Amino acid sequence: MTSGGPWPFVLRPDGGERVVRPYALTAGRTRPSGASIDLVAQVSVVRTMGAELAPELVSDLGPEHLRLLRFCRARVSVADLATEIDLPLGVVRILLADLRERGLVSISQPAAAGLNDVRILREVADALRKL
Amino acid sequence: MPYGSSEKAADRPSVPVAIKILVAGGFGVGKTTLVSSVSEVRPLRTEEDMSEPSSLVDQLEGVERKTTTTVAMDFGRISISDDLVVYLFGTPGQRRFWFMWDELAYGALGAVVMADTRRLADCFPSIDYFERNGMPFVVAVNCFDDARRYPSETMRSALNLTEDVPLLLCDARQRTSSRDVLVALVEHAVARLSDGPAVTPAR
Repeated sequence: MTSGGPWPFVLRPDGGERVVRPYALTAGRTRPSGASIDLVAQVSVVRTMGAELAPELVSDLGPEHLRLLRFCRARVSVADLATEIDLPLGVVRILLADLRERGLVSISQPAAAGLNDVRILREVADALRKL
Repeated sequence: MPYGSSEKAADRPSVPVAIKILVAGGFGVGKTTLVSSVSEVRPLRTEEDMSEPSSLVDQLEGVERKTTTTVAMDFGRISISDDLVVYLFGTPGQRRFWFMWDELAYGALGAVVMADTRRLADCFPSIDYFERNGMPFVVAVNCFDDARRYPSETMRSALNLTEDVPLLLCDARQRTSSRDVLVALVEHAVARLSDGPAVTPAR
């Protein structure tokens, strides 16, 4: 991992507990760049980490960015990601926006259209009844 | 098409339909219990900017520079199929958390407002909120073992509920009971679609 990037981070020597405050991971930024990211937006990697990634795309990414990339190899919601990686939602959004800016992940905003579709809602009700 | 628009449609052509349901109500009313009885619940941490009303409540002496507060929500997911997922968010109901509700409410199917007859007033702010933004909601009275039972009509009138808002009795510890509450909410949303104006996402 790099240590010279713009995202200061401190991990204990054993690689465990995070000891920095959450927004230190975002270099103090409290707002994500670009379009807003919904709680249930679906995130997936566009390019997987590997040899094909240009070094300038990942060289200044922090370990939290890389963890996020690993978690969204399969499509996953923003809320799921935040609980998996155990970081506050606001921080996760900012880190995701960074990854989006580099074209590393794609973030699909959910459509509210399903809410006006009686057929879908009935499907949901039927499925819930079977719980 | 019920699918979400994708920023990079070529990469992932189909986006699952995400149904967002909020579970609101006062402290200790059983939100976590309800969410965990129908799904695997996980805590979702948010760091929120402190709002004005909150600043009046929280003692800031000695922490004057604190501008965000950590709020934990209960997050549950019910996967119906690969393309259809229900997300549950249990949120603190106090008025001072309303600032984070606007975002939660955006694009949500509706809300379950949980009530406890021993502290009925605790759910007033939640009911106020959903009435104001026109989101479909049901009231679920969590029947605690030591709480007095009242006739539905008495509770309706105490809550000043309009006739169209379903009120149910539930036991949030029981999966089937919590499930029935969610089904009632979805059916209520369907009924509103059928006879009322289209549901517009709240914001």
